[in-house]
Amino acid sequence: MLFASSLKPVVPRPKICSLFLLAGCLLFCSLHAKAQQEPPYFVTYSSVLEEPGNLEIENQNIAASPKNANSFFAPTVEFEYGVTAWWTAEAYLQGQTTRNDSTVFTGFRFENRFRPLPREYWINPVLYVEYEDVSAADKSFLEITGNTSITTQQVNNAALRKEVERSIEGKLILSSNVKGWNLSENVIAEKALNEAESWEFGYALAAARPLALAGGGRACTICRQNFTAGAELFGGLGTRYTFGLKQTEQYAGPTVAFNAPHGLTLKFSPEFGLNDNSAAVLWRFGFSYEIQQFRDWFRRAK
Amino acid sequence: MKVWIPLIGTLLLVPVVCLATADGSWLRKVPQAARARTNPYAADRAAVAAGRNLFLNNCAKCHGENAEGKASRPSLKSKRIQMATDGELAWLIKNGEAFKGMPGWGALPEPERWQIIAYLRSLNTPASGAQE
Repeated sequence: MLFASSLKPVVPRPKICSLFLLAGCLLFCSLHAKAQQEPPYFVTYSSVLEEPGNLEIENQNIAASPKNANSFFAPTVEFEYGVTAWWTAEAYLQGQTTRNDSTVFTGFRFENRFRPLPREYWINPVLYVEYEDVSAADKSFLEITGNTSITTQQVNNAALRKEVERSIEGKLILSSNVKGWNLSENVIAEKALNEAESWEFGYALAAARPLALAGGGRACTICRQNFTAGAELFGGLGTRYTFGLKQTEQYAGPTVAFNAPHGLTLKFSPEFGLNDNSAAVLWRFGFSYEIQQFRDWFRRAK
Repeated sequence: MKVWIPLIGTLLLVPVVCLATADGSWLRKVPQAARARTNPYAADRAAVAAGRNLFLNNCAKCHGENAEGKASRPSLKSKRIQMATDGELAWLIKNGEAFKGMPGWGALPEPERWQIIAYLRSLNTPASGAQE
């Protein structure tokens, strides 16, 4: 195996205090935030784009204890900006900390999503283009492509972070809104630019619905219309030469989001591995804060 | 580095130009069937109150807390909104005018969109003195 001669593990120093501090700051800022129409997905994209001029800062985290490997915690910080009503640009910064090992920065991603059709249709397509510069130590599971296995997590960070993949990724996002339900399907294709690897494929499917479809007359916090529940299914589809589900990771699980009026959006999802190549459970949680009309900060008042 | 400055400038200007062209031409695009739809929450006071909450959460960031408009985003207290049918407003909120800066809100449940329209109607009664 490539990483068989792994280095001696280092005692971890998780930056938990920093994360709590960040969470506290976001919670404080959220007193002036507003709700949004985004479904509660972690992996699957819907046709909902960021509203023009808004900047959303999101922190999404994943924790897992894979069998025969050290447990890990991987936070991702995401900056999402609505350039226009049909174009959203995003940047990601990723890291992870592994028990009995170390804490490492694993890379960054830039992505753009375009909505080519100007109206709402029965199925709404969105085109997605991404460039990523991510090391093999990445444990964010933002998407799964190609033939992978959770056993890779047995290799230590020092060895994994030496292998950096620069790749482009395209997604075809299809999304429908029917009677309050959002149904989204993503087809993923990824190609490494710095390695002689073939095209890798993956998919993500999701459905979600608010717990209430009509708003209430009184402003409330813990009420049904502020909760959205759904489910996600995602995994790899092999490569150009090994297309299929064989030797791929597959996950499925429920997901729930709480959109507090004038508050924070919180998301949570346990995702269960569906085969031997997958971790038993990936615990995901995230929170986001939207800066309303961020671009107005740079406009002169009339 | 200098190459990036005009590119970034152009990217930032595009939405500004798009937003400045919100001219009501969307009214001509509304299909007849959509135009004829009526609001199931019309004249429902509870829906107006709910619509206000939804408006504050979803629309006020661009159109202002009292729908008076913000920067280049148009006021929703206008003769155009007053004259538009419920069906036309429902069509605009659902589909948006993406190339002119207004995103579609099709992911918002339909009853909530009607409640927002009920609230907009309450702002645009003949007695409210809606602007041109």
